[in-house]
Amino acid sequence: MVGVAKLVVMDPKGRLVSGGSSAKTGIMQKSIKESTKMLATLVRRAKSQPPITLTCNLLHISQLISTHPLHHNFSTTTRAPPPSAAAKMEAVGVLMMCPMNNYLEQELDKRFKLFRYWTQPKQREFLAQHAEAIRAVVGNATAGASAEVIDALPKLEIVSSFSVGLDKIDLIKCKEKGIRVTNTPDVLTEDVADLAIGLMLAVLRRICECDKYVRSGAWKFGDFKLTTKFSGKRVGIIGLGRIGLAIAKRAEAFDCPISYYSRSEKPNTNYKYYGNLIELASNCDILVVACALTPETTHIVNREVIDALGPKGVLINIGRGPHVDEPELVSALVEGRLGGAGLDVFEKEPEVPEQLFGLDNVVLLPHVGSGTIETRKAMADLVLGNLEAHFANKPLLTPVV
Amino acid sequence: MAEGLQITKIQQSPEIIVLGPPSVFRTHGKEFSSRFRALRPWESPLPLAQFLAAQAQNTQAALCSGTFSLSAAVLDNLPSLRLVVTTSAGVNHIDLSECRRRGIAVANAATIFSADVADLAVGLLLDVLRKISAGNRYVKNGFWPKQGAYPLGFKLGGKQVGIVGLGSIGLEVAKRLEAFGCAISYYSRNKKPSVSYVFYPDLRKLAATSDILVVCCALTEQTHHMIDREVLLALGKEGVIVNIARGAVVDEKELVACLQQGEIGGAGLDVFENEPHVPKELFEHDNVVLSPHFGVFTEESFGDLYELMCGNLEAFFSNKPLLSLVSEE
Repeated sequence: MVGVAKLVVMDPKGRLVSGGSSAKTGIMQKSIKESTKMLATLVRRAKSQPPITLTCNLLHISQLISTHPLHHNFSTTTRAPPPSAAAKMEAVGVLMMCPMNNYLEQELDKRFKLFRYWTQPKQREFLAQHAEAIRAVVGNATAGASAEVIDALPKLEIVSSFSVGLDKIDLIKCKEKGIRVTNTPDVLTEDVADLAIGLMLAVLRRICECDKYVRSGAWKFGDFKLTTKFSGKRVGIIGLGRIGLAIAKRAEAFDCPISYYSRSEKPNTNYKYYGNLIELASNCDILVVACALTPETTHIVNREVIDALGPKGVLINIGRGPHVDEPELVSALVEGRLGGAGLDVFEKEPEVPEQLFGLDNVVLLPHVGSGTIETRKAMADLVLGNLEAHFANKPLLTPVV
Repeated sequence: MAEGLQITKIQQSPEIIVLGPPSVFRTHGKEFSSRFRALRPWESPLPLAQFLAAQAQNTQAALCSGTFSLSAAVLDNLPSLRLVVTTSAGVNHIDLSECRRRGIAVANAATIFSADVADLAVGLLLDVLRKISAGNRYVKNGFWPKQGAYPLGFKLGGKQVGIVGLGSIGLEVAKRLEAFGCAISYYSRNKKPSVSYVFYPDLRKLAATSDILVVCCALTEQTHHMIDREVLLALGKEGVIVNIARGAVVDEKELVACLQQGEIGGAGLDVFENEPHVPKELFEHDNVVLSPHFGVFTEESFGDLYELMCGNLEAFFSNKPLLSLVSEE
């Protein structure tokens, strides 16, 4: 597989690290395997020096790093592909479904003919009017390419999602019509996993409540109450994909025993597998939803699962709101049948059940799982890269269909 | 009859002067008082010095909270004292040289709190970078539907973390943050040969190369205000500092000024110079997360602490070696 466009290795002061002249000019068109070997050599040589920074255009490097453990630590950043065949691209109509990222919007505007769906008061007429021009749709977790939208756009060739989740895209229809679909895997895995752990700590250690306690001046009148230790708690993961594995890796560093529920048992892990979600929920202290949203996993966390998790159990949802039967969750929390919850997603965002607002064992976030400056830029670059590749007849970077 | 026997039993058990009192007394005070004969000065109308003079002249052991200042003056009123058990890991509140001079052994909480404190350090850091408390406020105030998407946070993965003091807590913090893909370096009095993290003998240099500083060291004369304006400026405009050690390791006035001036990117603070007083300027910032010195306030840690402190006291009175003797350094 053709891979790296350019690999530049620098130390924190911006000086190029010696690794031969190839490091200065970059490594061109190497395979993933060759890139890994060269990466390992450069890192080994730099081991005695302070940590190095790698800047690379290859989006797969982040995949490399997670699957090929290297003995040093480094960060990676991605760069947007330069606009190519500019004149040709400008005629291509791209429909953006909702506001999602200023940088992405600006870049799409520069390179393509951008249509902003959310600014149209009469959306059906708008689609009819521009149907012939629109060849691409850019969607996200809020709005994607439904059957209705796909049917209205006969010239649609590609749907590039600003998300890893595909639940807002009619994949079957895309497959039928030969429409390509891309998403943004890997680049957001770490941030989502970080947030899952952040929510666990926030709920168990009542960090948000403590911050409120101090800010209100209440500390002058007495200490905060005792909270619950996080280290060593049993963590149960629904879905052991990229994000689930990243959560497991982090929780392990806190000596948390890991177990999981998945469609099938995963080879090459030491984590305990449960073929039954109720059993998993009964045998963990913290249950985290990390699977894809499909018709099968909708409301997978229902009353039975919540009851099995119990009055000392904590639910963390960084998947999709519809994974959880929300009214059941709310009543369990209000009635004290569930010990706590950390939620980044809801069934009808941005609406959040108000009964949760006053609960100090509940932490609520406005769908920020991938919401960091670094990751949103990397996601935007992937969307742009996929669109550019498609319209230049090159292989897609992260195709799903 | 049975009650009478019980009272006699307590009267025969060793007497312990409780100073503070420590927070663990809130949860375990009753149990403690049925196991030992506890002298409780806060229940007396007498000022402490007089209470001690009247009641504690023969007392050999003291249980002391982490905030009680065990000075020479107090020790003067405890002429028979041979053991101090403090409920904290830190010993900065105890005049150690005076204790040494008088042949008084000191036992602390050793490393039983390290996991909980490290957990809080990571929790505060994630909160600052990913705006968890601020986001929670945003949603619970009903702003999401009205004001739309929340501002972006900052990625933790790949960041350079500088740990100030690589003791038990520092090592637990390092172990956790490594799993998040952070690069770990540290500043310590001496290089630790058993770890592979990068050692910086100069604190300012550590700050200059770090995106995040986590303060994990003991408070001593040398570390007092060690994190000063220069160190904070070296950390930089996007740098984040987390303090779960002691407030006075950081020059609090300078920290507040740097935050006000945008010279550093954020702070997660469990400790302050003058607890429970917290500079109100900190309340103005969304990039600051505050907690009321509760790094060890979990049911599990308090349970572990109770066992350890009783274990130390019982060992002492049976002439057995202490479980967590603070060694002289």
